[in-house]
Amino acid sequence: MFIDFMYHLRSYGLKVSSNEWLILLDALDRGHAAESLSKFYLLARAICCRTEQDYDAYDRSFAEFFEGVTYSESMKDQFEQWLKDAKPPRVLTDAEKQALEALSLDEVRQLFEERMKEQKERHDGGNRWIGTGGTSPFGHGGYNPAGIRVGGEGAQHSALQIASKRLFANFRRDIIIDTRQIGLALRKLKHWGREGHPNELDLDASIEATGKNAGDIQLVFRPERKNNLKLLLLMDVGGSMTYHTRVCEQLFSAAHQSVHFKEFKHYYFHNCPYDYMFADIEQEERTLTQDLLRSFDSSWMLICVGDAAMYPGELTEVGGAIDYFQRNAEPGLVWLQRLKKHFPCSVWLNPEPIEYWRRPSNQIIRSIFSEMFPMSVDGIESAIETLKRQKQKGL
Amino acid sequence: MGERNSFKGTSTYIASAELQEIVNVACDLQRPLLIRGEPGTGKTVLAKAVADALQLPLLTWHVKSSSKAQDGLYVYDTVQRLNDSRFGTGDVQDIAKYIKLGPLGKAFRSAERTIVLIDEIDKADLEFPNDLLHELDAMSFYIAETGETITAQKRPIIIITSNAEKELPDAFLRRCIFHYISFPEAEEMRRILKVHHPDIDAKFVSQCLVRFFWLRDQPEIRKKPSTSELVDWIGALVRGGIDQKQLEKDLPFLGVLLKKENDLQAYKNSLRKNTRF
Repeated sequence: MFIDFMYHLRSYGLKVSSNEWLILLDALDRGHAAESLSKFYLLARAICCRTEQDYDAYDRSFAEFFEGVTYSESMKDQFEQWLKDAKPPRVLTDAEKQALEALSLDEVRQLFEERMKEQKERHDGGNRWIGTGGTSPFGHGGYNPAGIRVGGEGAQHSALQIASKRLFANFRRDIIIDTRQIGLALRKLKHWGREGHPNELDLDASIEATGKNAGDIQLVFRPERKNNLKLLLLMDVGGSMTYHTRVCEQLFSAAHQSVHFKEFKHYYFHNCPYDYMFADIEQEERTLTQDLLRSFDSSWMLICVGDAAMYPGELTEVGGAIDYFQRNAEPGLVWLQRLKKHFPCSVWLNPEPIEYWRRPSNQIIRSIFSEMFPMSVDGIESAIETLKRQKQKGL
Repeated sequence: MGERNSFKGTSTYIASAELQEIVNVACDLQRPLLIRGEPGTGKTVLAKAVADALQLPLLTWHVKSSSKAQDGLYVYDTVQRLNDSRFGTGDVQDIAKYIKLGPLGKAFRSAERTIVLIDEIDKADLEFPNDLLHELDAMSFYIAETGETITAQKRPIIIITSNAEKELPDAFLRRCIFHYISFPEAEEMRRILKVHHPDIDAKFVSQCLVRFFWLRDQPEIRKKPSTSELVDWIGALVRGGIDQKQLEKDLPFLGVLLKKENDLQAYKNSLRKNTRF
């Protein structure tokens, strides 16, 4: 049951694995849920959620999973508790009520079980029955108390849903592998260097210096070893790039999630970068390209993403920009040259298949950004190799 | 799980039933407890409260942007040793003398079960949590200088707080029990205030709460005032001798609640809007 629950959580995007499952089992073994569903809810949430953003998905998943739960032995105490706390269900007749009062707890439970079975066959009143019973023991957390409905139809329905959800999960996992691969490729960019304030004692150098100083202590400090990778991502958006949104999103999210950058910045342009670019994808917040060049020094690595497909005039002519309002005073080509010159470590990623690279605009761009790679996992890997080589050459 | 081991809040710290449950689970499963929540919801104070309630010693490790994972385990004071050898002031043969244990190191070495608070773990470098993975799992670490391995005799209860400034690595999150302290509801807030200001008139407190939650509901206000700010504010009102009537008219000592210029402006704007209609 809990394995299925884990898969169910996974289908809602929670990254639970066998690890969480084992912790959960351990916790249950130690009696933390005390066979109470509300406690189980809390317990599993604490174990399975990584951030509060997961809570919502968890709640939805939990409600759906336990909605179809049929009455089983493990839930017995739950209902017992409920019977203790709750008022007699309204559907009982007076005669039944009287009978109830004379019954022992076991007998009441038996009656309750019978009633549950009955209800399952009748397919109706499930909500009402438990819902109107008064104080529900499941009042805690983000799921509806009526969710512990005992309904045959409900169970079947959600079983189907679970099955379909799991198919979907498989599909999803493929995408995750994709971004993961990109993420792994980006990870190779990681660059260790010693920069900044010298605050780490260089033991070997100190001993050496002390020796030379006739045993009088001479301390030598050096900057710490840190990851200095700074990545600037410039992305072409709109127009023909709309077809490539998905793959661009993947690259972007992989870069964004990657923890291997010291700094990561991104800007957008349309077809070709001119005198200004955009900080947002809606192209409202402008940033002067000149300012970009000023704020990002040559230690930044530059990745341009674009299909390099446009009317060649957009590259070569003054005022050639596709967006009329841009009215560029210098041809796009000049800006591209400036970018390339400013960032010795720079590559171009093209989401279009390599067969389409013969168009004139592509060739013009490649005359500047000769390092153009297709935006496949392989292409990204070679792009990153190139960036690393450029970096080493620059050092 | 013995009675002795269960946390129920203290006389000065009101913990919700949820939080109590989670603390007890984390203690029993011996896994680090990661606490997140809005600033001022009592994340850091929780560790102190748990220490008080369970009567265990508390070791605090305030993480800063320059903190290294190593600092929490031990620091080898090379400079002191070099110095001692130069001036002959100490026994330099004994390296162990120059090994200074950090909070985690001390907790592992302690014969008694301890509580370690790793405060604001997200302040540190991205690699910081990853560097602690093994130590938190195995509850032991190796001192290369002396060749000694320190293994926890009693696994400490580790409480970690985070303000979500940075994403924490997955591998790290996987090992933690996670809890998000949600902002207290009015009723819980009343209980919290009762602890901090036991002598104040209930009506006055209600009035303050109404104004406080109204302020929090204003969408223009970016940095929402928190519990600790409310506690301070009420303290200021009492000391300033503000009575209920005055409170109805305006919000004195607003600076205690709103710390940003923009928010003060937003407050004034929303006030104007409200009086117009």
